Amino acid sequence: MRLLTHNMLSSNIKGVINGFPLRIEVEKVVEKQVDFNPDFLKNMFSKIDWKALADASKIMGYAELPEEVPDASVLDSDEFLQKFHHALLELHLEEGALVCPETGRRFPVNKGIPNMLLHEDEV
Amino acid sequence: MPPRIAQIRLVKSHPHVYAPCDDSYALVDALLADRKKLIDHNPTICMEVGCGSGYVITSLALILKSESNSPHFFATDINPHATRVTRETLEAHGVHAEIVTTNIASGLEKRLAGMVDVMVVNPPYVPTPEEEVGGGGLSAAWAGGENGRSVIDKILPVADNLLSDKGWLYMLFLAANDPLQICLEMRDKGYGAKIVVQRSTEEETLHVIKFWREFDNQVDGGEAGSTPKSAPQRGWDFIFSQLSRLSFREMR
Repeated sequence: MRLLTHNMLSSNIKGVINGFPLRIEVEKVVEKQVDFNPDFLKNMFSKIDWKALADASKIMGYAELPEEVPDASVLDSDEFLQKFHHALLELHLEEGALVCPETGRRFPVNKGIPNMLLHEDEV
Repeated sequence: MPPRIAQIRLVKSHPHVYAPCDDSYALVDALLADRKKLIDHNPTICMEVGCGSGYVITSLALILKSESNSPHFFATDINPHATRVTRETLEAHGVHAEIVTTNIASGLEKRLAGMVDVMVVNPPYVPTPEEEVGGGGLSAAWAGGENGRSVIDKILPVADNLLSDKGWLYMLFLAANDPLQICLEMRDKGYGAKIVVQRSTEEETLHVIKFWREFDNQVDGGEAGSTPKSAPQRGWDFIFSQLSRLSFREMR
């Protein structure tokens, strides 16, 4: 699971109001190289919750992203785009869990696949 | 060289996962028929709901991979065996999609709203008793409830929420699902529609219908430009006549 996916997932339990971002529990992180695509990154920049990405990448062992939301002018910087690229697409949570910030419910991540299926009493 | 799609020998199988069949081939044929348009569409995010063996999302990834600007792919399935098999099928072809085990797009709907440029769905469309719908195993791949519409009718509003302004939805239907009525409902939500593939097998008549949001300045799924203003209505007359003929054939 890439951090882009983490950035798009929220707790889907019935009644949860603030289900984002899910807290990450890390068991195993893998890095996989992805072709660098600046246009994709520029498209995604405005859609990403920056703080969630910066915090998540730190938990995954990559602390190079600025904590504060960068100004859009950083998109001209190749150095910034490379870091953004690495955090968003190349860090994978292979084993671990995503935890609902409101209820503490754990959604397991196995073989890089988060399981967001709910129990009957959570729907 | 013909465009690459997933190779059957590389598609992983599992006793609890729906294997590629006529419906899967029809959906991939629709994507191939629209290949040039899909590439020109330049999607940022593509998604498959109900990825099963991974045959369709892998094919879509291969179709769009040939260009330098590869989009990001999501694939979901309610069946945990299916999502694992999809990962293996993708890896066997050297492509990647982000996979989530979930019901339709639950968990993604909030943050991914309005971001999906291409969505493909081969829903469970077989008419079955209602109680067979939504099981976790293989039956989830086909059990569609009354008229095969139970899950389809849940997916369509989710697709409406997830699709971007330029979003396209490719969805497969059986004649028994009453695709004409589905198209009318989608028209009420502001969508244009077009049959991309229709195919009759011994058991069933399948059609892959493409939907897109219609705005004043955009008609006919990205084929806009020189199209005169009356075109949307003409398009609708056409799809009505096609689908009514199909329904008529089914009834005989």
